[in-house]
Amino acid sequence: MQKYGRRLMGALRNPANVFTALVLVIFALTPIVAPALDESFYVIVFARIMIWGIAAVSVNLIMGYGGLISFGHAVYLGIGGYTVGILAFHGVTSAWIQWPVAIGLSGLVALIFGAISLRTKGVYFIMITLALAQMIFFLSVSAERYGSDDGLSILARSDFGVSGFSLNDKTTMYYTIFAFLLASVFVSWRLVQSRFGTVIRAAKSNDPRVQSIGVAAYRYRLTAFVIAGMMCGIAGLLQANLESFVSPDMMNWQRSGELIFMVVLGGMSTLFGPVTGAFVFLMLSEILAGWTIHWHIIFGPFLVLVVLFARGGIAGLLTRRAERD
Amino acid sequence: MDYVLLTEQFLNGFQLGIILFLMAAGLTLVFGIMDLVNLAHGSMFMIGAFVGGTIALLTGSFVVGVILMVPAMLVIGVVVEMTALRTLYPRDHLDQVLATFGLILFFNEATRLIWGPEGLVVPLPAFLDGIVSLGFGITYPVYRIFIIVIGLLVAFGLYLLVGKTRIGMLIRAGASNRTMAGVLGVNIPKLFSIVFGLGAVLAGLAGLIITPITQAAIGMGEDVLILAFVVIVIGGIGSIRGAFVASIVTGVIDTLGRSFLDVVLLLFLPANAAESAGPAVSSMLIYILMAAILFFRPQGLFPPKGAR
Amino acid sequence: MTDALEAVGLIKSFGGLTATDNLSLSVATGEIHAVIGPNGAGKTTLVNLLAGMLRPDAGSIRFNGLDITRMAAPARVKAGLARSYQITSIFREFTVLENVMLSVQAQQGHSFRFWKPVARDTSLIDPARALLERVGLGERTGMRAGDLAYGEQRQLEVAISMATEPSLLLLDEPMAGMGPEESQTMTEFLRALKGDYTMLLIEHDMDAVFALADRITVLVYGQVIATGAPDDIRNDPAVREAYLGEDDSHEDSAEDSAEDHPGEAV
Repeated sequence: MQKYGRRLMGALRNPANVFTALVLVIFALTPIVAPALDESFYVIVFARIMIWGIAAVSVNLIMGYGGLISFGHAVYLGIGGYTVGILAFHGVTSAWIQWPVAIGLSGLVALIFGAISLRTKGVYFIMITLALAQMIFFLSVSAERYGSDDGLSILARSDFGVSGFSLNDKTTMYYTIFAFLLASVFVSWRLVQSRFGTVIRAAKSNDPRVQSIGVAAYRYRLTAFVIAGMMCGIAGLLQANLESFVSPDMMNWQRSGELIFMVVLGGMSTLFGPVTGAFVFLMLSEILAGWTIHWHIIFGPFLVLVVLFARGGIAGLLTRRAERD
Repeated sequence: MDYVLLTEQFLNGFQLGIILFLMAAGLTLVFGIMDLVNLAHGSMFMIGAFVGGTIALLTGSFVVGVILMVPAMLVIGVVVEMTALRTLYPRDHLDQVLATFGLILFFNEATRLIWGPEGLVVPLPAFLDGIVSLGFGITYPVYRIFIIVIGLLVAFGLYLLVGKTRIGMLIRAGASNRTMAGVLGVNIPKLFSIVFGLGAVLAGLAGLIITPITQAAIGMGEDVLILAFVVIVIGGIGSIRGAFVASIVTGVIDTLGRSFLDVVLLLFLPANAAESAGPAVSSMLIYILMAAILFFRPQGLFPPKGAR
Repeated sequence: MTDALEAVGLIKSFGGLTATDNLSLSVATGEIHAVIGPNGAGKTTLVNLLAGMLRPDAGSIRFNGLDITRMAAPARVKAGLARSYQITSIFREFTVLENVMLSVQAQQGHSFRFWKPVARDTSLIDPARALLERVGLGERTGMRAGDLAYGEQRQLEVAISMATEPSLLLLDEPMAGMGPEESQTMTEFLRALKGDYTMLLIEHDMDAVFALADRITVLVYGQVIATGAPDDIRNDPAVREAYLGEDDSHEDSAEDSAEDHPGEAV
């Protein structure tokens, strides 16, 4: 225990980690503090940010660590969400059915899309993942039965059939999302350090060399792609529950771009980068949108500047400053 | 089989293919030569529509709008290239994707600021309004024929430019091996500005000539852009010929698919299944096509040759 | 006894250029076989064909009796054929130890493990450390691979290949870019490996080649013009003709050396 205490203290000397800790503390305490300050609105705001955070962690897994820039990853938000929505529409409200199906379907689609896309690389890969995601987007737009582009309302949250635990309770919903956020970071951590994760990171670093030591990287990348798809599907099913609503817009290509952005903003291939990135990205959007409806005119150039000058994201910026001092 | 409808839809598909080609040609040149993934190409499409459309409305002449749009887009394209894009050439594709994504947000919002959120209605020029008979009982709008003719002229012009002129040779040299071309004394920065400007003009032209049919709207470029990327991936990056073939094929398949897929599905599905599956599958059709082509030829139909 | 490696009639063209022209060569088990030739002879194409990065247009390759002509590169490594790169190809962001650990992991073949941290996996750490000691990088295990000196990176390059426990090492100019002292070190190192691995050595450095090789094959414009024992090659008229310029430059460099180090024996 003492050893972990010391490691934690050591880690906190890096301002990037302090920031991370701050964000996590905010997430942890909001349902308690916000209503007390009469700002209950923030419970929903941070619940949304955490869901994006989970999706961003899944993107970081394949992009930050794996170097695979999937410009269609938001499609798994849609698959997870719509599975819940469509099942609920047909009267299936049990979480024990909805959630495994949503996750399984996300994984299956990721398997198919990954199998096709991973045969290519570079910009071809980016474009194919984008196009495949668009295919599902248009599919949902044309699905009139399920609301097409008006979206689909979900009348009841997923039911676990356990008395005392209901997602209809705001606090329970919130902390369920929080738990999944921590779980996704934990899974990401174990994966990255494992033999599997090492192959993924090596393939990003030097793909031909991986081949010439006898490892066919394709199957590992495909596995990572499927895991990331399932993780994002979880974010989607949580979003469906939180908002009681799903629409094609949750998986349009702008969402995919925003996810990539959050990961870069927080710091690629860091564990909590996607979480802090989602936090800063969405908080900044909220603040700017409060100033002017034309906030994109500031936000757009801001994104360009981050890419040009702060490529290591927040983690990179804060760590560098510490090293300089 | 309603051959009249089939022909009309085929021509519609061809016309869509022409618009896609105008977008894809610029995109494939920019990517093939400058190795730049430019998501803001769709913004050039939109800006051409708004700027050209405004000129057309102000001068009362659509033709003047088209003519003056060319230098306008050239200037805008070169300015964007010199200010924002130049810094991106040495960067990896992820940076380019993200930065140009930011540019899209900026351009969309700027357009909204200048022209308002409702977009712009550009009327069909009177002399191109109307229907013409093509024989065999087929009638077709004059304006759409105009689009096809313009597109074919541009395609021919590009073929001459890239294949037969000195600039074209420089472009091909740059596409084939940028470093060597630079070492041999080609003014690479200037070449890049010219190529980008050309791409912007082509995109702007596509945007402008489609507005009498669809209206100019914020964000109109993005959907076309994604299709254009699909086209250049199918066609092979850097290949104008590939872009042309892939554009036409994509346009025709997409249009015919939307019109006739439910008929085809009726052959082996019950009526109401075919009716609901029809629009769903037809909207996915070109992506399925793309996935199939790439499964067998990951480099596209006319892959880039030679060292980069 | 079967040859370790036998290439018969390999042909590889790139558009109009025939890089490998009806090439046949064999490497006997346990020997060090060097391939030399002027620039543009197609040596790296040969390595890529043998290692599996390229497929030949015609011809066959047998490895320990097994036909590997159509085998993908990773499968050839599993069969025991490892290569090193002329242009250093390591995992720059990883530490030296992590580089070799990955190679050990690849050899063990259990990479679908998702939970246990690699950093605490002694079944990877111990063999990697041992190999690095043997290669002379024992002091550098914690360093970021990209920060190593050039010569050390070349050593790491070979170590990564060795960690896959091959029977044959395909070494593509291991001495590329090295000065005389570093080359000497590498030559001694390769000599020490002789009993444990069969080696096919592509090299420009003639001192190393004549010091190490049991047999030499000479490649010019993708064709084999001579194969044999070092002395036979040295005296072969066709070889001398091919190397006419090279021979002079070899003597020149000896003269330059004398100028730079006056008083030292050349």
